[in-house]
Amino acid sequence: MKRVSLLLLLAAGAPAAGPPSVYAIRGARVVTVSGPVLEGGTVLVRDGVIQEVGTNVAVPPEAWVIEGQGLTVYPGLMDALSSLGIPEAAAPAAAVGRTAARATPAQPAPAQTPAAESRPAQGPEDRPSTTSWVRAADLISPADRRLETARSAGFTTAVTFPQRGIFAGQGAVIALAGERPGQMVISSPAGLYASLTTAGFTSFPGSLMGVMAYIRQVYLDAEHYRLAKEFYARHPAGNRRPAYDRALEGVLEAPRVLLPASRAVEIDRMLRFAAELKLNAVLYGAHEGHRAAAALKKAGVPVLVSLKWPERERDSDPEQIESLRVLEFRERAPSTPAALAREGVRFAFYTEGISSPREFVRAVRRALEAGLTPEAALRAFTLSPAEIYGLADRLGSIEKGKIANLVVTDGELFQEKTRVKYVFIDGVKYEPLPEAPPEEAGRPEPSGEVLP
Amino acid sequence: MMRFGLVWVAAAALAAPPIVIRNANVLTVTKGRFQGSILVRDGKIVEAGPKVLVPDDARVIDASGQYVMPGIIDPHSHIASESTNEGSISVSSMVSMEDVLDPEDIAIYRALAGGVTTVAVLHGSANAVGGQSTVIKLRWGRDARALLFEGAPPILKFAMGENPKRRGGTPSQIPGVTVTPRYPASRMGVEDVMRQAFLEAAAYRDAWRQYEARRQRGEAALPPRRDLKLEPLVEVLEGRRLAHVHCYRADEILAVLRLAQEFHFKIAALIHVLEGYKVAREIAEAGAGATTFTDWWAYKVEAYDAIPYNAALMLRKGVLVSLNSDSAELMRHLNQEAAKAVKYGGLSEDEALALITINAAKQLGVDRRVGSIEPGKDADLVIFDKHPLSNYARVLRVMIDGEFYFDRDRDMSRRAELEARKKALLERAREREKKQAPSRRRPS
Repeated sequence: MKRVSLLLLLAAGAPAAGPPSVYAIRGARVVTVSGPVLEGGTVLVRDGVIQEVGTNVAVPPEAWVIEGQGLTVYPGLMDALSSLGIPEAAAPAAAVGRTAARATPAQPAPAQTPAAESRPAQGPEDRPSTTSWVRAADLISPADRRLETARSAGFTTAVTFPQRGIFAGQGAVIALAGERPGQMVISSPAGLYASLTTAGFTSFPGSLMGVMAYIRQVYLDAEHYRLAKEFYARHPAGNRRPAYDRALEGVLEAPRVLLPASRAVEIDRMLRFAAELKLNAVLYGAHEGHRAAAALKKAGVPVLVSLKWPERERDSDPEQIESLRVLEFRERAPSTPAALAREGVRFAFYTEGISSPREFVRAVRRALEAGLTPEAALRAFTLSPAEIYGLADRLGSIEKGKIANLVVTDGELFQEKTRVKYVFIDGVKYEPLPEAPPEEAGRPEPSGEVLP
Repeated sequence: MMRFGLVWVAAAALAAPPIVIRNANVLTVTKGRFQGSILVRDGKIVEAGPKVLVPDDARVIDASGQYVMPGIIDPHSHIASESTNEGSISVSSMVSMEDVLDPEDIAIYRALAGGVTTVAVLHGSANAVGGQSTVIKLRWGRDARALLFEGAPPILKFAMGENPKRRGGTPSQIPGVTVTPRYPASRMGVEDVMRQAFLEAAAYRDAWRQYEARRQRGEAALPPRRDLKLEPLVEVLEGRRLAHVHCYRADEILAVLRLAQEFHFKIAALIHVLEGYKVAREIAEAGAGATTFTDWWAYKVEAYDAIPYNAALMLRKGVLVSLNSDSAELMRHLNQEAAKAVKYGGLSEDEALALITINAAKQLGVDRRVGSIEPGKDADLVIFDKHPLSNYARVLRVMIDGEFYFDRDRDMSRRAELEARKKALLERAREREKKQAPSRRRPS
């Protein structure tokens, strides 16, 4: 007993002792996601792991107690596709948070894409726009200032990918805080990020069909590479050794591949492509998923829905009359999550960069207004992405034994008035950034004040 | 017996009722013209003639004073696809239009409104060896896979002349953009690229044959790497894939005919072939088809020496000739293009209509299914209000596989509703933008 009080004293008084390792959030509304909502529930966190959760949990004396009256505890949110934690990946404008864009120091170009190819690619053999061997886990930095913005919106984990090129690289599931990069990584490789980008008309592939032909050839090559290595291992004498191919090594080690598909036509195309190549595929984008929900369900392919709803570009020609199809595409995109939920398609959300918690909540509300239930929305930020990435045994819900990633709010999540009070990441408590001044103020945005 | 009856009833209830188009002027293309009826059942033409027995359950469409012809076939188009050229390399046979079909391209519906029912979606002409083309039916409203003309033979596009050699020597025309020159730079280089590609394909085929032989002898062998660039070329060499060749000048028409002879394959269609009239006999002797324009030329140097009699002259020398659009606009009035071949060259009505139907079907290898009005063929039909070779003719209805995919009256009646829907959406978008307009100013 004496020892315990000494410890407590140390923890409270001595800064050198580091953050407390035992927390109890007592008497709060606990939304477990995997089970029923607990009114007056307690969550006990020890050494980064949820030790107990329930309405009748004994709080040990060494625990730091947060009185949960008026607070709601949710599993920490997960951004299912991002570049969080890869500071160099921060692109200007759209993809990056307001604070982060300013705070990101100039750094040398990342090692995730090779230097501009000196000679145009002449075919699939040149492995154009491919860095499938690059691992996000090796690029992580806790210094990425966007992590704070994401935490302020209630995010505790993200799946982060190198995103440049056709086979951009291997993703990692990361915690959005940590002392060292290695501590942040929860799972790697989490999947291979693929895009259908072209390198311009003069370097292969220069067209969408060229990209598809390239991807098809790479998967054929990967299969042949595997065979060739096995064959050579059995018959080394008298046979030529297969050349080492890092691009194919990366393709072969990926547990799943992320393919882009936004319009219904693209979803249909990618579903057929994934089936043809027998890929363990996850589609991302999915803004017209509301038209393809049945096909997605039938294919059993999970979907990552972008929260960046399609809008007319800010500086587009106001005189331009857009087609009915484009207008309908924009109008109906936010109805995708509700349609997927109705059909029973497994889906998760990704933010494509959070400029502020307020903007984030607004984007989610578009989906709620289009018929998505708050429960289904929450699941798409917690247990569903954990399931999609095969980590539901450690993430995604408030259950005994899972990683202590929590978000504590003063009200219902996804309500404009609700504020995030704390997030817990691996059992460590973080407080959100101060709110930006209210919009109504109409004065220039302060540039330095928002950052601590 | 009872069970059999039940099954029969169920099947009948599922199948759409037969359709009879009656009192029409029927232009069969292959069997002349008659006034009478066409009976359509299960997507096929069952009967066509002056007297057709109308089944009790048939849906009857009266076409008095109207003209019915087979659906128009365009053997050269770039609609309904999200890319046209893989222009980076001179041999791009690994790419396929089938991968990038866009069933929501509005050009499909507009082509339907011009009476087109079957289209070859071709790779462009940027490369000596282009990509795999795809034959589709314009089943508007269906998904990409449902567009495919099931059973149509695959096609590989080749290109001669200015386009494939364009990037050979000339530096970039765009300031600040450096473009690495690409072999070939000359017409002889184009021919060389094709020859090298076929030689490479033949070697690839041999490698697979050797592997199969070793395997059959029970030897341990690693299969060769599958090469998606060479496989379509092997199929051309083995006659399992049709070759379509973009070309203009007489000399290169002869060059590519010689090349085909050297590798023992036939050219299903020479495309554009504006100087075909100069070498029509040679084309006919080689058994190659030709698909051309009537009066579209002079858009580049190699397209200058053209005459409107090209189609008729080649036809009279025994060449299988069709007309094509290469354009989403021209495609909508191919019937008028056929009419021009009556004026320039004096083709008969059937000969002119064959240019946009059965002859095109033969060049695409689908003539057993489409291209004429004959019992057993697909019910791909166009109803015109006047004779389709008249400039005043308008398409009233278009049927594919026994289903109407275009109906002029329906189209006209839906326009107000669509306009209202669009207006409402624009209004909502405007409101949303107002609500979301940033009240925060950017830091200066």
